[in-house]
Parts: sequence; C-alpha cells; structure tokens
Amino acid sequence: MTDNIVEIDNLSFGYKGRLLHKGINMVFPRGKVVAIMGGSGSGKTTLLRLIGGQIKPSKGEVRVAGEVVHKQDRDGIYKLRRKMGMLFQHGALFTDLSAFDNVAFPMRELTDLPETMIRDLVLMKLNAVGLRGAHALMPTELSGGMARRVALARAIALDPAIIMYDEPFAGLDPISMGVICGLIRSLNDALGATSIIVSHDVKETFLIADYVYFVADGVIAAEGTPNDLMQSTLPFVHQFVHGDKDGPVPFHYPAANYQSELLKTL
Amino acid sequence: MIKSKLLNSITRTLRGVGHRMVERIWRLGAGARLFFLTIIYSGESFKRFHLTLREVYFTGVMSLLIVIVSAFFVGMVLALQGYNTLQKYGSSEAIGVLVALSLVRELGPVVTALLFAGRAGTAITAEIGLMKTTEQLSAMEMMAVNPIARVVAPRFWAGVISMPILASLFSMVGILGGYLVAVPLIGVDDGAFWSQMQANVDFRLDIINGLIKSVVFGVACTMIALFEGFDAPPTAEGVSRATTRTVVISSLTVLGLDFVLTSFMMVI
Amino acid sequence: MDRTKIDLWVGIFVALGVAALLGLAMKVGNLTSSKIGETFSVTAAFENVGSLKPNAPVKSAGVVVGRVDNIKFDSKAFEAVVTINIDRRYSFPKDTFANIYTAGLLGEQYVGLEAGGDEDELKNGDKITKTQDAVVLEKMISQFLFSKASETEKDASAVEPKANAKSTELGDAPF
Repeated sequence: MTDNIVEIDNLSFGYKGRLLHKGINMVFPRGKVVAIMGGSGSGKTTLLRLIGGQIKPSKGEVRVAGEVVHKQDRDGIYKLRRKMGMLFQHGALFTDLSAFDNVAFPMRELTDLPETMIRDLVLMKLNAVGLRGAHALMPTELSGGMARRVALARAIALDPAIIMYDEPFAGLDPISMGVICGLIRSLNDALGATSIIVSHDVKETFLIADYVYFVADGVIAAEGTPNDLMQSTLPFVHQFVHGDKDGPVPFHYPAANYQSELLKTL
Repeated sequence: MIKSKLLNSITRTLRGVGHRMVERIWRLGAGARLFFLTIIYSGESFKRFHLTLREVYFTGVMSLLIVIVSAFFVGMVLALQGYNTLQKYGSSEAIGVLVALSLVRELGPVVTALLFAGRAGTAITAEIGLMKTTEQLSAMEMMAVNPIARVVAPRFWAGVISMPILASLFSMVGILGGYLVAVPLIGVDDGAFWSQMQANVDFRLDIINGLIKSVVFGVACTMIALFEGFDAPPTAEGVSRATTRTVVISSLTVLGLDFVLTSFMMVI
Repeated sequence: MDRTKIDLWVGIFVALGVAALLGLAMKVGNLTSSKIGETFSVTAAFENVGSLKPNAPVKSAGVVVGRVDNIKFDSKAFEAVVTINIDRRYSFPKDTFANIYTAGLLGEQYVGLEAGGDEDELKNGDKITKTQDAVVLEKMISQFLFSKASETEKDASAVEPKANAKSTELGDAPF
C-alpha cells in the first residue's frame, strides 16, 4: 500500500476544547472502497468534511493527492475539491433544478463544455444510475432512493478521483439499498476511483468495502478487512457488527443509582 | 443571604444583557462580512447575468401585484384624507401636490420596502435557509462552486435592481389612484391637479432622492434577508424563526434608515 | 421555469419601471417645465429682496419667462444684486420695471417684469435700473401703526404711507 490518494495523519479535531477526534491515522489506497464506521455522533461525517477542507483540523493534517488540505488557500481547496465527488446523506439535490439540471450543474459551473456535449454527458451519467428516463423530473417528484441515485450521478459528473459517501444507505428501503450498494462498487471499479463510505449499516458496507475503519470515542477502535472484523473478538466490534443491545457501548446513559434515585424524596 | 441573592440576580441580568449585546454585535459583523464577500464575488456572478435576471423575476416580478394594488389604495386614501383637511383652508387644488410629494418622497420607497420585506425578503430567507438545511449549500461548496457567488450575489443584485423599479411604480400608481379619487370623484379641477403638482415636485430634490432611498432600502432589505437565511440554524424551527426575524429587522431598519436619509437630504 | 418566459417578464418589469420613472419625471415633476431653452441674463439691484430664492420664477403678465439664477450682496452699494435668466424667445425694452411680488398673502416670492416703452431692448449682461423691493410685512405693519399714530396726533396730516419704499421710478433725482 504505497499509492494512497488520501492520508489522514495524527489528526485531532474538536470544538471549544472538547476533542471529537484524538489522533487518528487512516490511509485510503487508490482504487479501493474504504469504509469508516462507528456509532452516531462519533464524528464520521466530520472526517469527510475535514477531507473536503470545509473545516480545519486542530492538530495533525489531511493530505489529498499529496497536498495538505488545510494549508491551501481558497483556490487550492477548490482545485482539490474538483477531484472529489460527494454524495450527501439525503442527496442534497438542488430543489429548484430538475434531475437533468442537477447533474449538469457541476459541468456548467466548472467547465466550458458546449451545451450539446453536456447533454450527452448528463444522459450518460443518468444512464449509469439507471435514471435516464427520469431526467425531466424535479427532486420533489423523485422517491428517496431515486433522489440518492440522481445525487450519485451528480457526484460523479466530473469523473472524480475520490468519491465520498455520507450515510449512503440511511433511510432507504431494502431494494434501493441494494441498488445503491451495487452502484457504489461498480462505479468505483468503472471509474478507477477511490470511494470513502461513511456508514453504520454493517451488512451493506461489509458487502462492498475492501477495508474498514471503526471509529469510537475519537480513536480508531479497530481496522481490517470485513472478514477480519467479522471474526474479531474485540468486544466493541463484536457488539457493533452483531448489533448486541448491551456491551462496551452501554444501553443506559450514565445515571445515578436507579434505586436510590427512585427512593429520593423530593 | 438575601444580599447575595440580590447580587446574584443583578449579575445574572447584567450577564444576560451583555450576552445579547455581544450576540447582536457579532451578528452585525457577520452580516457586514457577508455583504463585503457578496460585493467581492459579484464579478463572478455578473459573468452569467441570467442568474440575476432569474432572481429579478422571483423577487421583482412576483412582488408586482402586491405593490401595485397597495399603491392604488394608498393613493386613493391619501387623496380622500388630504381633501378632507385641505378644503377647510380652501386649497383643495393642492391635493395633487400633497399626494405626489408624500408618495414620491416617503410612502413610495418606505411602503414598497416594507412590502418587499414581507413578500420577497421572507421568500429569500426561507429558500436559503432550506438550501442550508438540506445541505445544498454544503454540496455546492464541495463541488468547488462558491455559494456566495452562485446563490447570494444574484439574489442581492436582483433585490437592488427590483426595489427602485417597484418604488417608482408604487409612486406612479399611487398618484393615479389619488387622481381617480380627486378629479372624477371629488371634482377637483383636472388642470389644477397636475399643474400644482408639477410646480411643486422637483425632479432632483424629490424624485431622485426618493429613488436613492429605495436603492438603499433595496440593499438593506435584501442583505438582511440573505444573511438571516445564511445564518439560520439548519432546522425547520430555525428557518421559520429566521423568516420572522427578516420581516422584523427589515422593517425596523427601513424606518430607521428612512429617518437618517431624510435628515441628510434635508440638510443638502 | 422557461428562461425565455423569465426574460420576457423581466423585460416587461423593467419597461414598466422605466415608464413609471418617466411618468414621474414628466407628468409629476418639473423636469419639463424647469427646462428653459436658450436664455440671456440680466441683473437688477434691489435694496431688499425679502425671501426671494434662486430658481424662483420670473413672470411677466403672469407668464413664467425665466428664473432667478443667483442673488449676491453688493458690499459697495449695500444692495442685493439679482441675476435672472430670461428665455431668448422673449424680449423686453430697456426701461423694463422689476418688482418682487409675493404669490398670495404668504406664498413664495417671485420677480415680476413690467415692460416700459423704450425702443431699445434688454441685452445679455444689461442691468435693469428700475426696481421695486419686496414688501416686508413687519415694515409695512410698523409703517401703518406709525401713520395711524400720527393721524390721531396731527389730525390727518399728509403723511405719505409709502414714503419709505424706495422707488426709482418716481425718481429720487430731483432732490
């Protein structure tokens, strides 16, 4: 693993002294699908925002294609972002534009391609996600799964080297989930891109990921291939992978002694 | 014991006042920052002027109906009320002057700005707040598209362009409304109505100054609406509160600015 | 929304705005009436101009023939020198008489021109010699009271009520 397109090096990030990440190291090799998993609120999405340069780390650095993200000026960051595509949690389609215009948006904004070529490209991208027939629909007319696929077509509009997925499976029915799941893998291989998936859906993620990082309490709790992790005996990983109710992540929020609290006179 | 309680409540109140004050000033600074960024990135959005034209449609053209209807009624009421008072002094011919001056100098720009804040300002705040809530602005940023150049600047210039047009229409339609009440209904002489008006309304001092006011109000109202949308917490409640704040802050700002501008214009 | 439709509506919107502004300028404002074409300027000296202001109308027989350009104080003769611009379409004889009148009892003051009988015409830069001052209300009232007082004292003696009003027409030369 020498050819890493994204490297996260001893990264710490936090708001007002409370650290969300405490010295995280990750590498994302070119051409692979890498997943970042963890419970809600463990700062997975924040990692994506750090890679995209929307926020600056408190300590350590993120390197994309060898360049330190937070040391870039605005133009530098924009140049880096052109290599990235991102699928947001709920798609984040522009509500005032049709599916076609949504996919055409990055091409119109960032390139000088003639309109006829943009049309062909957009239809190609929509075809890749199976929605060429829905190009005239507005985002409000699309189902959740379709909206996610249009957003995916938009994310790959400019053939990015890195595709980031923020909770791509959240809130989808099993069929749509399967469709998105297959698309992530096939698009990654077809485009020769690197995919970074942030998710907490174990089954789907393990199906397509080459490598998985588990984030808990601001540090990497475990890492490895899906197979390794399935066999893992680490209590946290075991609980997460098998969805146990109680374990290292307790069912109860820390509280005073139950009995004494009930008996306390007001 | 009682003393320390009193002291505590006083410090708490003072802290509350201080906190609010700091927050207000912070918001003012953040708003000013957004304003300057908008100006800086305007060049990028001017290259594709149809984006601004599109927003002129949504802010200006869509406000046309409410502005024209209100102007008509305001003009008619002005004429009725003015006639009532003026005829006591036997100078009902001056009704044209009264209607024209009050519309061109004050009511045109001010009432248009208030209506604009309610019609277009809230729409802008809600739209941008929603774009923020649904991560559309984040998505744009991640696509290496500057949301200030792509979303904020076109709406800003659309507001600045629309406001003087709407204010001129308001004044003109209002005067026509006043004419309809004064001349056919009350029976003021047609010639006296217009000639007195022309003799007393100065193009530069009254009409141009009114226009300047409306441009300033356009900048203020649009910027407030944009900032509130941009600054809204990304929740449904946050957006609805921001929309309310847009109307309240815009209205107060317009009325305050009107006083300042009027006093400056009087001095000059 | 179709872009051509948006363009059309925005076009209509802007055209309406321009029309409204033109309407305000032409029909409501004084943009048309304040524009006098070619003018020539003459001066007139008054001992007192009252509250006459620049841009006040200059009327002859009730018709606006020009506007007051500026008012200066001549510190040698202690007079107010009023420069007025008169429309080139009108010509006035050399002995034209300039008054300062008030429109109505409390209205604005304006310059009234009354033509004389001279053969020669006023030219650019000429000076109108025959002038009458503005009526200052306080002066008039005090004169009236003074004359009333003297009437009761001297039983209707011949006190000229207008004695104080400087009148070049009546001629101060013979003294």
